[in-house]
Amino acid sequence: MSLDNYLYLSAILFTIGAVGVVVRRNAIVVFMCIELMLNAANLSLVTFSRINGTLDGQVVAFFTMVVAACEVVVGLAIIVTIYRSRRSASIDDASLLKR
Amino acid sequence: MATNNGLVYLIALPLFGALALLLLGRKADKWGHLLATAMSAGSFAVGLIQLSQMLDREAELRPVTQKLFTWISVGSFNVDASLLLDQLSICFVLLITGVGTLIHIYSISYMSHDKDRRRFFAYLNLFIAAMLLLVLGDSYLNLYVGWEGVGLASYLLIGFWNQKPAYATASKKAFVMNRIGDMGLSFAIMIAFATLGTVSFSGVKEHSHHASEAAMTAIGVMLLVAAVGKSAQFPLQAWLGDAMAGPTPVSALIHAATMVTAGVYLIVRSNFVFDAAPTAQLLVVIVGAITLLFGAIIGMAKDDIKKALAASTMSQIGYMILASGLGPAGYAFAIMHLLTHGFFKAGMFLGAGSVMHGMNDEVNMRKYGGLRKFMPITFVTFGLGYLAIIGVPPFAGFYSKDMIIETALNAGGAKGIILGSVTLLGAAITAFYMTRVMILTFTSPKRWDDNQHPHESPALMWIPMVILSIGSVISGYLLYRGKAFKHWLEPLFEEHGEHTELLPPIVVSGLALTMVAIGVAIAVIKYQLSEIDNVAPEKVSIFTRIARRDLLQDDVNEALFMRPGQAITSALVKIDDSVVDGAVRGVGKMALGSGSALRETQTGFVRSYAVLILIGAAALIAAIWVVTT
Repeated sequence: MSLDNYLYLSAILFTIGAVGVVVRRNAIVVFMCIELMLNAANLSLVTFSRINGTLDGQVVAFFTMVVAACEVVVGLAIIVTIYRSRRSASIDDASLLKR
Repeated sequence: MATNNGLVYLIALPLFGALALLLLGRKADKWGHLLATAMSAGSFAVGLIQLSQMLDREAELRPVTQKLFTWISVGSFNVDASLLLDQLSICFVLLITGVGTLIHIYSISYMSHDKDRRRFFAYLNLFIAAMLLLVLGDSYLNLYVGWEGVGLASYLLIGFWNQKPAYATASKKAFVMNRIGDMGLSFAIMIAFATLGTVSFSGVKEHSHHASEAAMTAIGVMLLVAAVGKSAQFPLQAWLGDAMAGPTPVSALIHAATMVTAGVYLIVRSNFVFDAAPTAQLLVVIVGAITLLFGAIIGMAKDDIKKALAASTMSQIGYMILASGLGPAGYAFAIMHLLTHGFFKAGMFLGAGSVMHGMNDEVNMRKYGGLRKFMPITFVTFGLGYLAIIGVPPFAGFYSKDMIIETALNAGGAKGIILGSVTLLGAAITAFYMTRVMILTFTSPKRWDDNQHPHESPALMWIPMVILSIGSVISGYLLYRGKAFKHWLEPLFEEHGEHTELLPPIVVSGLALTMVAIGVAIAVIKYQLSEIDNVAPEKVSIFTRIARRDLLQDDVNEALFMRPGQAITSALVKIDDSVVDGAVRGVGKMALGSGSALRETQTGFVRSYAVLILIGAAALIAAIWVVTT
């Protein structure tokens, strides 16, 4: 099987994630979509590592996972706090930046 | 030139006194005046020792120097802080410390009721030190330090009673007007450095023979500006009258005998500059001639005894400046008149102080009268000074003023005739206004209230007056005898050209005495033989009114300089407000404005940001893709 297929899959996953971030309102879902995009990127990194025959891509993939883990902690904390104070997990409600 | 390590003590003693009294503060209140007087007397003693040593030496070997330290050393330009004592500076040293010590003694009693007497003596010592530095400096830069020092001391002492706003204003006026002169001196130093590369007296003298006349004229004119400011000459004369706000001993020491004559010293010291710059020399004569009449005319109209004497000082310094502008023929007589004037004018100011002391600080002569009986010593000493200033032989002023009139007449051509007439006219006016002062104060019927109790001043005050009056009797003859003083100063000046005699000396003396007699006679008729009001008459001619307003000097200054200056200032404030501050505020407003405009683009919706990020990332990748393929 050609390694290209992994890249296609990665592109499809990334697109699904991106569309999800843009379209959905529930913060948890948006968050999951972001995770999906990160993992899509991981998949392509590992694939490239395989294509090139070096370990660089895999190393970067590990870094991405670490960052993703940290991001989950912080992001979920924010979401939970917002939910506690507003009784809503809709990201459109948290729009205090405008004016 | 020989060195002498004793010169520094001349300055160090009074400087130490000033610092000690200022730093010790109230602790020195009990004995401060004694220390200051001792320091001044010590400096006088050092001066006498120096004079006796100088007299022992040949004329060419008389000047001595002392290098204190290297002040400026940049490339080929070197200025040492060093002192020069020659035949000219020794005259000043003895005048400053001698008259200064007498005035210290006088002030002990005069200021005894003032709670700030110690501070007063500290300033007096500071003045003595600065004035000695002025006359002992061996370069224009050293002189400049002293020049500023006496300006400071003068400012502090005029405003000594600065709790009265008018007095504080007077001291500021003197300081600001003096700044104009100081600016002239600094310009002169800069021009000398730029064109000659040196600022020492000997260096400038060396270069004066082959430097361009334009450069010498520029230096000369700037030195004249300096002299005009410090010596209260026309057109910077307006500060002197108001300077009488200071305590009377200050008026006697600073604004009659010493500081105001610094301009004459500067011109005579710079004789080589003026000899090489005839235009500047002519300007000196013109300034002197105008001022001598200007001061004399103001003197005729003043009822305030100190202001009348101040106007007289201005006029007498006009004589000195005029003489110093007559070239080598006049230098010695300028200094001679300066010395005799130092005696009789200081004596008269102390006399005026004594009168004020006995009259509850009343200064209006129209409220005096008949004080001869109550203050006999003051009357006699003041009277001797009076005879000296109007030029009655054999008193001091006769010799010195007569010499100036004679030299002016012999200046040659129309110049000689004009200057001769001006000086003769000045002599007549001097006789008139001084006789008026004498009559109004001492010999006319009394015009004071019964709650005044005029009395003679204590011995500490009249002893200095007596000594000064002896000086005003004999100093003229001593200096004149056998042309002693002219020969004394001769080695310093370059004599050239032969003298023409327009009139024989005896005729000149006769003319001068006739003018004096006319002046005295008019004053006697007008004041002794007729009733005097104790308020100044209102119905007087326009000329009298102008003279009472100091010949409109303040009005002219106000219209020409103060009002336009204020207008410029307020215009500049407006420009500062609108342009400078406007620009600064504009930058802030621009940042705020652009900020609030850009804020409109912020919706606060996370998803719209995500879309924008996505589009941006896609565009970036597309751009990279386009570029790389």
